[in-house]
Amino acid sequence: MGIIDKLNKDFESRVRLGIMSVLMVNDWVDFTEMKTLLDITDGNLASHSSALEKAAYIEVKKEFVGKKPKTSYKVTDLGRAAFKEHLSYLEKLMKS
Amino acid sequence: MNQKHQEDLAHIRSMMERSSRFISLSGLSGVFAGLAALIGGLYTYMLLETRGIGYFRGQDVVLSDNLVSHLILVALIVLLFALTFGIFFTIRKSKKYNLPIWTSATKKMLFNLAVPLAAGGIFCLGLIYHGIYGFIAPATLIFYGLAVINAEKYTFSDIKYLGFSELILGCISLFYIGYGLIFWILGFGILHILYGLVMFKKYK
Repeated sequence: MGIIDKLNKDFESRVRLGIMSVLMVNDWVDFTEMKTLLDITDGNLASHSSALEKAAYIEVKKEFVGKKPKTSYKVTDLGRAAFKEHLSYLEKLMKS
Repeated sequence: MNQKHQEDLAHIRSMMERSSRFISLSGLSGVFAGLAALIGGLYTYMLLETRGIGYFRGQDVVLSDNLVSHLILVALIVLLFALTFGIFFTIRKSKKYNLPIWTSATKKMLFNLAVPLAAGGIFCLGLIYHGIYGFIAPATLIFYGLAVINAEKYTFSDIKYLGFSELILGCISLFYIGYGLIFWILGFGILHILYGLVMFKKYK
């Protein structure tokens, strides 16, 4: 099995890479901030974040601030490890 | 395939930087803050001259209450100009590069900057209260330097060189009490302009 096969399929999309990158260097990041940082639409962010949540790579918190619902994201330990592994594979691929 | 991976890595790096550091700060903000300080400093010098106070003639400077409040007003106007230009160029840069401004990185940067600045501000108010004007210039430079060094983690890390320069200048000025205006012009005027020009060229 080559290195390419080891690359995590969950991180194939640019949006998911972006979500993970932002969460690696931040604590809780809310929906609006994530959306502006990645420059994507609501629906796009919602679908990719729920896929990452399903993989247990990120934690999603939903709360109310006043009457407005607020969704925030945070990377899980599993997600952090998986993303680091993905990064090191990417870097190895670049070197080879 | 290789191309895609390279782009992935570049994307990861840029997202990490964009989300954790306040990178909308424009070098031009520094240049204009420096110019404002320079003009304020020169105006103050001329003001003292017209009141018969020869800054470089080595005479003891006695400031009347009226003059002190006039000088504080000048300082506030300089601050207002510097802040206005700072905000203006930041908004312009963030629009140009499509960067969000009010992010958690920005808030962290401002908080880290504000804590030493607020302490320094209160310290200087104390100095004014006790009439110890000679120590105001060193104190402003030292606290400002510390504030900039403290905020470095959340913005361009090059800014720490500005912070250290201000800090060193402030420490030197402690031994040349009475030349505060010169150190102010050097620290808040010249250093800001130099730093701003370097940053503007580097991150254009």
